[in-house]
Amino acid sequence: MAVPILKQAEYLIATIQSALTDEDLISLQRALVEKVGKFRSRGVIVDVTSLDVLDSFASRTLRDIAHIIRLRGAETVIVGVQPEVALAMVQLGITLEKVATALDLEEGLAYLDKKLRHARSEP
Amino acid sequence: MKSILEKETVRSGATTAPLLRELVEHLRLHRTELREEWARRITEAELLTAMSDAEIFAEATSVYDNYVAALETGTFEALQTYSQNLSERIIPRGVETHEVVGIVLLLRDVLARSLFAKYQSDFQLLNRILDAYEPAANRIANTVAVGFVQERERIIREQQEAIRELSTPVLQVRERLLILPIIGVIDPQRARQLTEQLLRAIRANRARVVVIDITGVAAMDSHVANHLVQTVEASRLLGATVIVTGLSPEIAQTLVKIGVDLGKMNTVGDLQGGIEEAERLLGYKVVPSDALSQLPGLREEAQ
Amino acid sequence: MPVQNPDVDADYWIPVASVSDIVTARQQGRELAERVGLAKGEATLVATAISELARNIVQYAGHGDISLRIATNRTHAGIVVVARDRGPGIVDPDLALRPGFSTSGGLGLGLPGVRRIMDEFRIESNPRDGTTVTVTKWKV
Repeated sequence: MAVPILKQAEYLIATIQSALTDEDLISLQRALVEKVGKFRSRGVIVDVTSLDVLDSFASRTLRDIAHIIRLRGAETVIVGVQPEVALAMVQLGITLEKVATALDLEEGLAYLDKKLRHARSEP
Repeated sequence: MKSILEKETVRSGATTAPLLRELVEHLRLHRTELREEWARRITEAELLTAMSDAEIFAEATSVYDNYVAALETGTFEALQTYSQNLSERIIPRGVETHEVVGIVLLLRDVLARSLFAKYQSDFQLLNRILDAYEPAANRIANTVAVGFVQERERIIREQQEAIRELSTPVLQVRERLLILPIIGVIDPQRARQLTEQLLRAIRANRARVVVIDITGVAAMDSHVANHLVQTVEASRLLGATVIVTGLSPEIAQTLVKIGVDLGKMNTVGDLQGGIEEAERLLGYKVVPSDALSQLPGLREEAQ
Repeated sequence: MPVQNPDVDADYWIPVASVSDIVTARQQGRELAERVGLAKGEATLVATAISELARNIVQYAGHGDISLRIATNRTHAGIVVVARDRGPGIVDPDLALRPGFSTSGGLGLGLPGVRRIMDEFRIESNPRDGTTVTVTKWKV
């Protein structure tokens, strides 16, 4: 099932559904890279609110997505990790190291705004 | 002396059933006097002192009836349920395990004596009656005791849970800032509960910074230290930065021992410092009080 | 194509041969865990463990199966997950066939993590028979 990606100004918002397969994640990666290029997006929000399990594969793929997106000049934020999912992840020993995380969509947008504002003010 | 084979036959269902029926009838027939005898012996043994005579009598009646019913049906699930309900009633009254075991054993003895008295003229029949009675009576004593103990353990667990909840308040001191002061001994269960509470609070308060103060924690084993690290990481996944304050040298050592890079963990000496750092992270300007007097308008006012 | 016979004692039996089976297996796991009465957090741990184990089967053996069963002991109810495959087995000499296997890291299969989040963990693995991982989570 394809992950819906919305464009909001200079950001892209991808909302993940709960029954996420490995292929869905790989397609998401391709789609995001393509759209970031096409729209010259500055930020990407991946909303995992509906995800009830975030295993090592999903974690690796999200890290890869963030890495590739950064190479294309955009910042990625993962939002909506559920408390139980967060607990399972840390106990399993998987982290989303080096990937920004925020509580929800609103926080994610605030984070991107702040980050990009600072970036713009840099020489 | 009966042969072992004959004893086994006696114990088999086909021959014990009619015997059990017979003794159940006897116990029902003599219910009033046996129950009184039992209540008397309970008082003599100074058991159930927390209860009044009237209460003892009332409970004794239902225990007696359930006891006899268990003998009659040979099944014990109903008895276990009854025992748990009874325990739920009497545990808050302060009744203890040895008392419950004691009164059931007394009842077993009172009934056994009664059987002796009735069948003493026929020694062989008495033996067969006892062969039928004893395993069942022991099973009953066991069932009641186990029911009581399980209920007691359940109540204790609930109380401990409640205490833990009370003793780990998560405080919202400012918008987006939570403080979690931890005091006392943390066991793994409390640590887990702490983490769950904190994550729920982060979501409910939309906190961006959490200050976890462990000044009041004397020592931490590596198990619990791991929990702390997991709490910090899980909070981050919810978008909150954690500042740990009050880290003693001992606990710092424990953390390093389990492989934590303290350089990566956000730690500040004391709670006050942690709150200031948190406010800084949130974008609040922290002005030291003496600096206020330097501001022109205020200086005039102070004079 | 699954080769093993269904485990007749299992409450659920899921053949695992593709990545979409991973999702099926963990959804069934969550459902059974909630049916047993595990809290949401515990059910998530079970589903996550199943996801890891199922992925190992697909990645290292190609196919296998996962069976789920309700377990009871004197005081608790729980859920038992058995992940089986006839793959190459775990070849690392430090780890294969050691009873009370307790090292962390080094396997690369996420098993130490699975062991951490489950209450009981057992693994049998050799090149001839493949790998069987049995994990249990009890309701608190």
